Amino acid sequence: MSIDITQFHQIFFEESFEGLDSMEAALLELGGGSEDAELINTIFRGAHSIKGGSGTFGFTEVARFTHVLETLLDQMRSGQREATRASVNLLLESVDALREMLTATRDHSAIDAPRIADLIARLEAMLGHEPTQATQTKSAPAAARTQGWRIRFRPHADILRTGNDPVRILRELAGLSNTGDMRVQVDLSAVPGWDSLDAEACHLGWDIDLHGNVARAAIDEVFAWVVDEADLHIAPLENAVADVAVEADTAVTGELVVERRRSEDRRQGEDRRSAAPAGDASSIRVGINKIDALINMVGELVITQSMLGQIGDSLVQDGTQAQIEKLRDGLAALERNTRELQESVMRIRMLPISFAFNRFPRLVHDLGGKLNKQIELRMSGENTELDKTVMEKISDPLVHLVRNALDHGIETPDVRIAAGKPPVGTLHLNAYHQGGNIVIEIGDDGAGLDKQKILRKAVERGVVSAAEATGLSDDKIGDLIFLPGFSTADVVSDVSGRGVGMDVVRRNIQALGGSVEVRSQAGQGSSFIIRLPLTLAILDGQLVRVGEQIYIIPLVSIIESLQARKELINSVAGMAEVYRLRDDYLPVIRLYRLFNIQADTEDLTQGLLVVVEGDGQKAGVFVDELLAQQQVVIKSLESNYRRIDGVSGATILGDGSVALIMDIPGLIRLTNTPPQAVRKTA
Amino acid sequence: MATILAVDDSASMRQMVAFTLKAAGHDVVEAADGQKALQAAKGKNFNLVISDVNMPVMDGIALIKELRTLPTYKFTPILMLTTEAGADKKAEGKAAGATGWIVKPFNPDQLLATVKRVLG
Repeated sequence: MSIDITQFHQIFFEESFEGLDSMEAALLELGGGSEDAELINTIFRGAHSIKGGSGTFGFTEVARFTHVLETLLDQMRSGQREATRASVNLLLESVDALREMLTATRDHSAIDAPRIADLIARLEAMLGHEPTQATQTKSAPAAARTQGWRIRFRPHADILRTGNDPVRILRELAGLSNTGDMRVQVDLSAVPGWDSLDAEACHLGWDIDLHGNVARAAIDEVFAWVVDEADLHIAPLENAVADVAVEADTAVTGELVVERRRSEDRRQGEDRRSAAPAGDASSIRVGINKIDALINMVGELVITQSMLGQIGDSLVQDGTQAQIEKLRDGLAALERNTRELQESVMRIRMLPISFAFNRFPRLVHDLGGKLNKQIELRMSGENTELDKTVMEKISDPLVHLVRNALDHGIETPDVRIAAGKPPVGTLHLNAYHQGGNIVIEIGDDGAGLDKQKILRKAVERGVVSAAEATGLSDDKIGDLIFLPGFSTADVVSDVSGRGVGMDVVRRNIQALGGSVEVRSQAGQGSSFIIRLPLTLAILDGQLVRVGEQIYIIPLVSIIESLQARKELINSVAGMAEVYRLRDDYLPVIRLYRLFNIQADTEDLTQGLLVVVEGDGQKAGVFVDELLAQQQVVIKSLESNYRRIDGVSGATILGDGSVALIMDIPGLIRLTNTPPQAVRKTA
Repeated sequence: MATILAVDDSASMRQMVAFTLKAAGHDVVEAADGQKALQAAKGKNFNLVISDVNMPVMDGIALIKELRTLPTYKFTPILMLTTEAGADKKAEGKAAGATGWIVKPFNPDQLLATVKRVLG
């Protein structure tokens, strides 16, 4: 029977990558404490599984590499070797190499052979041996062939308790002979009297003459499992005569001849059901497109439900009281069910944030070494869940912030000691839910932001004027680091990157509909607080009306709404209009002009100014009226129509009409470009 | 055909074993560690148990010891999946009551041959 084992490769790769992740995590946790034994066991198990699997599935290079790795780990496990910093680093490097090897094997690309050879050499140097040969199984002398064998087989009484059946062994022996000639004598001498007969014990022994050209190794193999549970003596037949004499004391003998069984090739082929390999029932892998389709459908359901709700409300005028009550109840139930359905469907896309946090122990370990800083990483709230897409997009900004905290935040041990702090700095990653948001905090107990230095740089680079700088509150100073072109690093380091500053971090976070702020205390440390929506599929929106059109402004970007006062409106050079709000001058965005529609009024004092912020810039959006605030399901304009500047998407309102969702940063960029350019893109 | 319990924490190995045995017409139940295997073994009488040795929660050695204390598994064949490096594990497994072993790496044909050996 031939079985195609390539079908298990995918699972093998998946579990191997997971195994490597746990190996890496455990390696990073090793600290000489009492938990080390269990950690080393975990690491060993990871390597062991990969070795077993790669051997079975024919990935010999991976198997050879893991074999060396396993040997080293086995020494650590048995206590012959301690986990030193050097060995841990070498093991970490091996984990990386293994990951690359597996990736290459999976993608059928080339393995970096010199690197692997180098690593194997270093692992072996650590093991202190000669280059290993693949452990060879001892092969019995090949020449040991005769015309037959005499076997004295005396199983111990407890052989049955290991599930080994002597009859099976006899049958196997018979199967070895090409002539099928085997004579067996039963030794009943050890059988006790009835009163002490133990039905679960083996009291019999056998003397077997196996004729024919049989290799000794084949016989050894038959008995391999029972050598410790039986007295065994095997000799070539011609020398066996002497042995028989010794056994003259055999009290009772029986005789039986076992015929060689014709190897009946029972065909079970018909029964070869294409049974799909059953995985663990606790989780399933589903294509993201299926889930997206489901989420989309639930979105439609929410819309339909809200349409029905509106119809129900309009029915209140006509229709009998009883009917209306019934309809109301039904609609309320529908609304409740729809919400619940939507929430649980959304949850399918949610993953614990540990998926994003998991890379940090390694990052902190490596960077700490590079920067000569001692850092303890603490993580909490790893099980907090957020949308998979949000997770993927927040990953890079998080890495940036962590690198930043290690590079600029936490001081070197000597500086810390001088400041009266423990030499080991702490980096704390925390995540939790708050309202409809997930909050991620990256806190360090380092030096904190240097406010004077930030101000000096900001003025130097023209981010703020010297006059503005003097009046800034601490919060505002902290905000400066998020402005484009700002970086306080005197020397561009390869740790925090070059030039790509906090402004990019902030832009990426805002693109996800989130926000980031920094809190800092000199000498005590800083913490960056990121707020993100749980999902990108739903948005808390403010509905606004301009003429007959309804637009949606994301609630996160709204600061306040106000009625404009005439004396605070200014026109700069006849082109841009600005509104003075306390200390700020806000550019005014007239939506009716931008979208070329008819508004109720063009007089700023007659409508409302919605003060919004995007990309660190504020603006006043002029609308006729504020309507309700509600959760809207975001529909992509790009996939349904095409990209439009200043619009991030669309949704369907309760009455079935389409409303555009404003892209506030885009809108602000639009108003910054000259009017004729706007007309071209619009 | 026989009813077989396949125990391995590695899903790929476990599924490979299970698939091979199923294709040969056996009924196979899978378990991801010793604890789960023991649970499964108590609920059903298996003709053969094939178990990995190194597993989390409860390893193969402990599983074999536990199984041998159950009246229904006193004489049931139990095979360990071991590597050639695990000589001491083999001895430990035998002492715990294992019938024999299958050395990793193995291919489906070798597995079936060994299973045929113990099932007769």
